[in-house]
Amino acid sequence: MSTLGEKVKKIRSKNAGPFWITIDIFCGNKQVYDDICINLDNLEIANLLMIDSQNLKRFEIENLNVIKFSFPRNIIQGNIYDRDMHGAQLGILLSEMIY
Amino acid sequence: MKSTKVLVPSGVLGLGFDLKALNSGMKNKPDIIAIDGGSTDSGPFSLGSGTSKYSRAAVKAEWKSLMLAREKAKIPLIVGSSGTCGTNGMVDWMEDITIELAKELDQSLKIAKLYCEQDKNYIKNNFKNNKVSPLNPAPHLDINLIDNMTNIVALAGAEQIQECLKTGADIILAGRTTDTAIISALPLMKGADPGASWHGAKIAECGALCSSNPTSGVVLVEFDETGFTVEAMSKNAFCTPDTVAAHMLYENADPFILLEPGGYMDVTNACYNPINKRKVRVEGATWHPSKNYNVKLEGARIVGYQTSLLVLLRDNNYVQNVKEWTEKLSKFLKKEIKLRMKLDISDYSLDFRHIGLNSTLGELEKNEGNPVEVGVLCIVTSKRNKLSTEIAKLINPFLLHFPLTINEELPTFAFPYSPVHSDRGCVYEFSLNHLLELNNPMDAFQIKISEV
Repeated sequence: MSTLGEKVKKIRSKNAGPFWITIDIFCGNKQVYDDICINLDNLEIANLLMIDSQNLKRFEIENLNVIKFSFPRNIIQGNIYDRDMHGAQLGILLSEMIY
Repeated sequence: MKSTKVLVPSGVLGLGFDLKALNSGMKNKPDIIAIDGGSTDSGPFSLGSGTSKYSRAAVKAEWKSLMLAREKAKIPLIVGSSGTCGTNGMVDWMEDITIELAKELDQSLKIAKLYCEQDKNYIKNNFKNNKVSPLNPAPHLDINLIDNMTNIVALAGAEQIQECLKTGADIILAGRTTDTAIISALPLMKGADPGASWHGAKIAECGALCSSNPTSGVVLVEFDETGFTVEAMSKNAFCTPDTVAAHMLYENADPFILLEPGGYMDVTNACYNPINKRKVRVEGATWHPSKNYNVKLEGARIVGYQTSLLVLLRDNNYVQNVKEWTEKLSKFLKKEIKLRMKLDISDYSLDFRHIGLNSTLGELEKNEGNPVEVGVLCIVTSKRNKLSTEIAKLINPFLLHFPLTINEELPTFAFPYSPVHSDRGCVYEFSLNHLLELNNPMDAFQIKISEV
């Protein structure tokens, strides 16, 4: 069993303004990119992030071998219940998921 | 047309850049030096309080290098989003620093200040007239909420920066501005391709983040009628098609579309080609003007006052059962607060975070593991500053001694400092993610000229 993080080159997440988070999966090569495009399910990602899958935007950027997910934050940046202002640790969840 | 060269020393003033790279950049004879001074990146405090995230000393030291470079080259120098949040007070703060340096360096300057702060009555009137519209997602907005905001700014675009450039100022100190507009304004004015002007600006907005060596800071972008060329200025930094294209992903919810005042840019058909190992040529982005001229609004308001406490649990029994301990403690505290202070749970909030267990991801954490110790961070928020401190003081002895079961010796945990409570002051929240429609781009902005 391996993790998604082991399979790809890099996964990063970041706030995109105070109201959105974006996660980039750099697949590293076309083979991994194609594999992930087919097998990585939006619903699985939405469940992992505890968001409504309808709010999850998915972009497949072939020339960079990148798959990108963006979604509105459940808790806006800096709200008293926010735990990570920059949302930059959230990508770890995808890195550590079994793939 | 002659090409337009924009030198971007780094992603933000205050973060540092390589001085040698700045010198190499200046040897390329740029037409303007443009640097960003802020963003909402670190949260609502800067805008809420109208203060800079970076130290004055760091900003002054870097601004000095840029003012020296400008004086030698006799080209305009511009900073956008002055003092992180770009309020009027922060534009004046940048002016203070500039005047101080002008005296120290014996420079005579014409300064243009662009004010972007919004009067609440002006925003309220626009709101009533349906000129304020929500972006997705937007917090609820009403007249009272507008009144409650401590600061509201509108993001200037290329048009407002161009008005500043037309004054012939040596230095432009802009309030809140889109990261890209300080870079795109001059090439657009000189007739460069609009799609390329915005795309090149987006690529260079974080300085050398679009290269192999982000901390080196300095990049040069050359704009013309068909595209742009970007090059990292440090000897140890390389721009490749991948590093450049990848920057469109950074902090962007949509990797193809970028909304700006007056329209949007689309990079779906952009092509990135290497010129050599450090330089990339880009063409193909398109600019789509919008029917109405909209600027984005940012605002923050005070949602409460905060006091935090931190206790460290090392006793294995307590580490193993920390969630149960916290649940019992929380229930107990709410009862005591009600009893002793006559406060309902709607008057305050009490939030516990387990550092070492899941404090970063909370309920999303899948991998809690088996820590040897746990830090329990207790965050109290209420509507009044002294009230939060009072609640924290009430909590203090229980946080130190609360037992897991009734029949056991009273435990004492570790307080890392004295006093254990820290007053955090005001807590702000972003309260606007809206557009403001303008008849004329300068309607919500003012330019002031001064000479030193």
